[in-house]
Amino acid sequence: MRNKFIVSGSPHIHKQESVSRIMWTVAFSTVPAGIAGVIIFGLNALWVILVAVIAAVLTEAVFEIWTKNKITVMDGSAVNTGILLAYNLPSNVPLWLPIVGAVFSIAIGKQVFGGLGQNIFNPALVGRVFLMASWPKYMTSFVKPFSYDAVTSATPLAALKEGRILEHISYLDLFLGKRGGCIGEVCILALLIGAAVLLYKGYISWHIPVTYIFTTAVFTYIFGARQLFQGDWLFHVLSGGLILGAFFMATDYVATPLTAKGQIIFGIGCGLLTAVIRLWGGYPEGASYAILMMNAATPFIDRYTKNRIYGVK
Amino acid sequence: MKSLIKEFTKGIIKENPTFVLVLGLCPTLAVSVSVANGIGMGIAATFVLLGSSIIVSLVRDFIPDKIRIPCYIVIIATFVTIAELCMKAYSPALDRSLGIYVPLIVVNCIVLGRAEAFACKNNLASAFWDGLGMGVGFTLALILISAIREFLGSGQILGHTLFKGFEPVFVFGMPSGALLVIGLLLGFFNLLKNRKI
Amino acid sequence: MNLQEFLTIFISAVFIYNVILSRFLGLCSFIAISKETKPALAMSGAVMFVIVMSSAITWLVYRFLLLPFNLTYLRTISFILVIATSVQLVEMVIRKVSPQLYRAFGIYLPLITVNCAVLGVAVLNIDMFFVNGKQVAGSLYYSIFQGVCVGLGYTLAMLLMSGIRERLELCNVPKALKDFPLAFIIASVLSLSFMGFSGFKF
Repeated sequence: MRNKFIVSGSPHIHKQESVSRIMWTVAFSTVPAGIAGVIIFGLNALWVILVAVIAAVLTEAVFEIWTKNKITVMDGSAVNTGILLAYNLPSNVPLWLPIVGAVFSIAIGKQVFGGLGQNIFNPALVGRVFLMASWPKYMTSFVKPFSYDAVTSATPLAALKEGRILEHISYLDLFLGKRGGCIGEVCILALLIGAAVLLYKGYISWHIPVTYIFTTAVFTYIFGARQLFQGDWLFHVLSGGLILGAFFMATDYVATPLTAKGQIIFGIGCGLLTAVIRLWGGYPEGASYAILMMNAATPFIDRYTKNRIYGVK
Repeated sequence: MKSLIKEFTKGIIKENPTFVLVLGLCPTLAVSVSVANGIGMGIAATFVLLGSSIIVSLVRDFIPDKIRIPCYIVIIATFVTIAELCMKAYSPALDRSLGIYVPLIVVNCIVLGRAEAFACKNNLASAFWDGLGMGVGFTLALILISAIREFLGSGQILGHTLFKGFEPVFVFGMPSGALLVIGLLLGFFNLLKNRKI
Repeated sequence: MNLQEFLTIFISAVFIYNVILSRFLGLCSFIAISKETKPALAMSGAVMFVIVMSSAITWLVYRFLLLPFNLTYLRTISFILVIATSVQLVEMVIRKVSPQLYRAFGIYLPLITVNCAVLGVAVLNIDMFFVNGKQVAGSLYYSIFQGVCVGLGYTLAMLLMSGIRERLELCNVPKALKDFPLAFIIASVLSLSFMGFSGFKF
C-alpha cells in the first residue's frame, strides 16, 4: 500500500495544520478552565499556572540545547504540559512545587524518551504522580472556594472517602466549580467549553472521553453504594479530575491508541481503573493513575487493534 | 603481586558489578533506603562472595563439570546461612530491615557469576582478591545509591539531618525512586564514559 | 480460609507489591528479556510455572521435613536445592515429552533457578503463612495461590514493559540512556502509576 501513494502534479491544496497550531489551540482551549480556577481560588492559582508554564518551557529549552536537538519550545507542547500540570495542583502550594513538578514532567516524562511525539506517558501526569508521592501534604490540602486565603477544605471525593456526608454541595455547585479541588478541575462548565472547541475543530475525537466518562458512571452507579445499582453516578462524574482527565489528559496524541477501536478500549480501561481506585483504593481520586496505567498499556492495545491491511490475512 | 592488585581494583571501577555488569540488582534496589542498610547488605554480600570464591577455587579440581552449578549453589547457600544466622544473633534490627533479601543473596547473580566466571578457573590468591574487589565494588555502589536515596528521601545521612528546611522527596524512599536513581546513575556513567548524549 | 483473603492476596501480589516494580525480585531477567514481547511472554510463562511448582514443593518440604526435625535454619539451603533439582527435572521431562514447548521456554528454565523471584516467593510464603512454627489454616492453598498471583504480576509487568520497549526502538532516545537506563526509568514511572492501588480496601 505504501508504494501506491501517488503524488500528482501541482497545484496541491495545502491545509494550514501543523503541530504547533494544534498545540496552541489546545493551550487556548484550556484558558476558560484556568480563568475559572483563578476566579474561584484567587490570584495564587494564577501564579502557580505561570510558574509551571515557565519552568516547563525552560526545562525543555535546556534539554534541547544540551542534547543538540532542534529547539522546539515555541510549538506550545511544553506550554501545554505546564498548564495541565498546574491544573492538577491545589492553588495554595508553595511555588517551588510547580517548578519541581514541571522539571520532572518534561525531563522524565518527555525528554528521556526523545522529546515531542515519542513520550510513552502523559508528561503532566508523570509530574503529578511524582509530586503526589513526594509531598502528599501539599498535594492534598485544598483551599475553600471563594475564600482566597488558606482556609483548607477537603475535596468532595476525599470527604466521601472519609465517610462524611455531603449534604451542602449540590450538583450545580459541582458543575460550576464551587468546591475544593485542584485549580483546573473544579469548573466543569469551563472545561466543557474548552472541550467543545477541540471536538469542533476535530483535534480530539469523542471515543476516549465518552467511553471513559460513561464507564466510570456505569461502574460507580452499580457499585458506588452499599446496595448494587444505587450509586450516585452524577456526583462521581462531576467531582474529582474526571472531566479534566477525560478531555485533556486521556486524549494526548502520543500516549494513546491510534485506532477508534483501540481508543474505546483505552477509554473503558481508564474508566474502570478510575472507578475502582475511587471506590476501594487508598486515594480519593484515581484519574491520573488510571490514565498513566492505560498509557503504559497503549503499545499493547495498538498492536492488537491495528487495522488490517486490505487483502492481507 | 601487580596482577593481584589488578584483580582487586577491577571490581571497584572497571567491572563494577552494579554499574558496569548490571548484576545483582534486586538487593541493591530493595535495601538501599538508608545508608546503614546499604552497608549491612554490602558486608554480608562481601562475606559470601569472599567465602564462596575461596572454597570454589580450592575445590575446583574435584568438582565434575556437569554438576558444578548445583555444587556452587550449595557452597554459596552455606555461607549465606552463616551470614544470616550471624546477623540474626548480633544485629536483629538490621536483620529485620533487610528481611527476605538476606536469604536472597544465594541467588544474587554477582556471587554465582564470580564463581562460574572467575573462581573456578583461577588459583586461591587471585580468587580471593577478585572476590574481595567485587564485594567492595558492590558495597561502594550500594553506599552511593543508598546515600542518594536516604538524603533525598528523608533529608538525612545515617540518621543525621544535614540541612534545615529541606523538604524530603518521599518518592526516593519508595520503590519507584530506587528505580529512578539507578536508571539515572547508569545514564550518568554512560555519559562519563562516552562524553556524548 | 475465605474469599476475602484470596482477593487480598491477588490485589497485593499483582498490583501493590508487584514482584518486579515494588519488590525488585526477578529484576535482572525483567530488564534483560523485556526487549521484545514474544520472548518476554515465554519467559513469563516459564517463571509462572516454576514459581507455582516451587511454592507447593517448598511448602511441603518446610512443613514435613524442616519443621518436625527442627531444621528451620537450613531453609535457604534446602529451598534452593529443591528448586534447582525440580527445575532440572522438569526441563528434562519437557524436552522428552514436548520438544515444541521446550523450544518455547525450555532455554529459560535453567536461568530461572537463579531468578530471585522463585526463592523470594518461597521464603515469603513461609514468612507469611507460618506463624510461630505453625501453619495458618489453608496455608498450602494460600502459598500456591500467592505463587500464581506473583506469576501474574510478573507477566503483567513484563508485557507492559516489552510493549513499551518495542515502541522505543523507533524513538530518538538520548544515547546515554539507551537500553538499561531507560528501562529502569520506565519501570520507575510504571511503579509510580501502580501506586494508585496502594491502600486497597474492600
